[in-house]
Amino acid sequence: MAMEKRVWPLTAEEQEATAKSSAVGTPTVIVDDLHIVYKVYGATSAEEKGNAATALMRLVRRQGRPQMREVHAVKGVSFVARHGDAIGIIGRNGSGKSTLLRAIAGLLPPHSGAVYTDGQPSLLGVNAALMKELTGERNITLGCYAMGMTPAEVRAKYDEIVDFSGIGEFVQFPMSTYSSGMGARLRFAIASAKVHDVLLIDEALATGDREFRKRSQKRIMQMRESAGTVFLVAHNLDVIEETCNRVIWLHKGKIKMDGDPTEVISAYNKA
Amino acid sequence: MSQPDSAVADAQGGAATESLAALAKRHGLRRAIARPSLPFYVGQLWARRHFVLKYATSRNVSKYSQSMLGQLWQLLTPLLNAGVYYLMFGVILDQKKDISNYTAFLITGVFIFTFTQRTVSSGAKSISNNLSMIRALHFPRAALPLAYAVQELQQLLWSMLVLIGIVLLTGEPVTLYWLFIPVALLLQLTFNVGAGLFMARVGAFARDMNQLLPFIMRTWLYASGVFFSIPDRVADLPESLAFVQYIMELNPAAAYIELMRDLLIHDHTPPQWAWTTAIFWAVFALVIGFWYFWRAEERYGRG
Repeated sequence: MAMEKRVWPLTAEEQEATAKSSAVGTPTVIVDDLHIVYKVYGATSAEEKGNAATALMRLVRRQGRPQMREVHAVKGVSFVARHGDAIGIIGRNGSGKSTLLRAIAGLLPPHSGAVYTDGQPSLLGVNAALMKELTGERNITLGCYAMGMTPAEVRAKYDEIVDFSGIGEFVQFPMSTYSSGMGARLRFAIASAKVHDVLLIDEALATGDREFRKRSQKRIMQMRESAGTVFLVAHNLDVIEETCNRVIWLHKGKIKMDGDPTEVISAYNKA
Repeated sequence: MSQPDSAVADAQGGAATESLAALAKRHGLRRAIARPSLPFYVGQLWARRHFVLKYATSRNVSKYSQSMLGQLWQLLTPLLNAGVYYLMFGVILDQKKDISNYTAFLITGVFIFTFTQRTVSSGAKSISNNLSMIRALHFPRAALPLAYAVQELQQLLWSMLVLIGIVLLTGEPVTLYWLFIPVALLLQLTFNVGAGLFMARVGAFARDMNQLLPFIMRTWLYASGVFFSIPDRVADLPESLAFVQYIMELNPAAAYIELMRDLLIHDHTPPQWAWTTAIFWAVFALVIGFWYFWRAEERYGRG
């Protein structure tokens, strides 16, 4: 693992130095005092019983819609990501990690502040376009089209996706018959088939066996080397430490710490 | 290095006083969220045509994948529908007086109306049912209502097969007018796409719409002359109610139904307004619907 880590042996300080002197390490994503507020429907308060009578009373009292709550998920986050960075984002459940990724991807508009990007960051999340009743084969095509690939690109990548996922002849079966590991492998294989400048990965590596985890980490390394930027959200800190050259620790929507993986992770473990 | 401010300090690098916005500008980075211009949006949508088609087909395949008869249901559903409506209105309520070939008259009305009804109602749900996809992937959002319209079009083509069978069985001749069937369907499809896009935006932000829509749709069904002939009904209206006639004639669904009856049923004389209304609504709905949907492009999936 240590070997892999030295592929891009820049600590945050070294990086700062490179950024000054050369084009390597130019910014790809700049997050400037970002606040994200989103609305949640269907949240209930303590007194709300959720039947028709209470709903009517609410209308009579002109209380609006208490089921709709606002959640202030990201509160003033700023950082700069550069070419070749693999940035791990860690934090407790509900600390705003996934929300931050979605905001970087341009899928959640900022409440205030801004996200500046070069090109279009993509979230590694093709899952939502797939249909579990359909065969793996159909899903590969559907997923690739959903990411904006052309039929020629899909044909060229098809075998590679099947090989990488390692599901073999199961590709002819409906995805509902897959084990959770097989499903996760196919989804990662589809999602990573496209070349991304800035790739955002949310918990995609949590499932799958050890061998597949290694292979997917290798793919992330390749993406970094081709001067892309990778963001990685995971609860598995080993994965982060093995893959990333920088870690951001989010706590209740704010950056608590930002820097070298070993340093941040050990502080996170003590907290 | 472990203070919250360190990211900013690091980002500023050489120029310690440079703001992040200025840094972004210096490196040519842009804000992630912006609505594309209308022509650019059309181009984006065209680039996603393969996705639209694949998504529509996949939804149709997965819809029946759990049933034993599978894709046969695409044919069986319209057949059974035709049977039920004929039993209700042809036999029990006996509406057929004055209308020649009531069977073909009724089934045409039901199938053509169902096409518009299903496209509009599924269009209204196309955004709210796909929020996870919208929040994970970049694509012109109009691809979703469009895919739902294509899905209903595929279903309609099976229904048309059943319909042509019924029309022939009830003794209608094959005429050259049948060549206009694709034209009539294209006009209706254009209207459906526009109305579906319009309703997609309405349904995305006014969530109660999906509860209300079935009632609106049923009212529309009864007002569209599916079970009765509009010219017959409005003929003996008193002078003071003449405006009802104009409203009936402006109904796009009625126009598309009348067009198809005109083409398929030999003895059916179409009202003169049918073609005008059909073309007007197709153009109007597409232009307004597309424009209205595009105006909120960057806001879908936010709620």
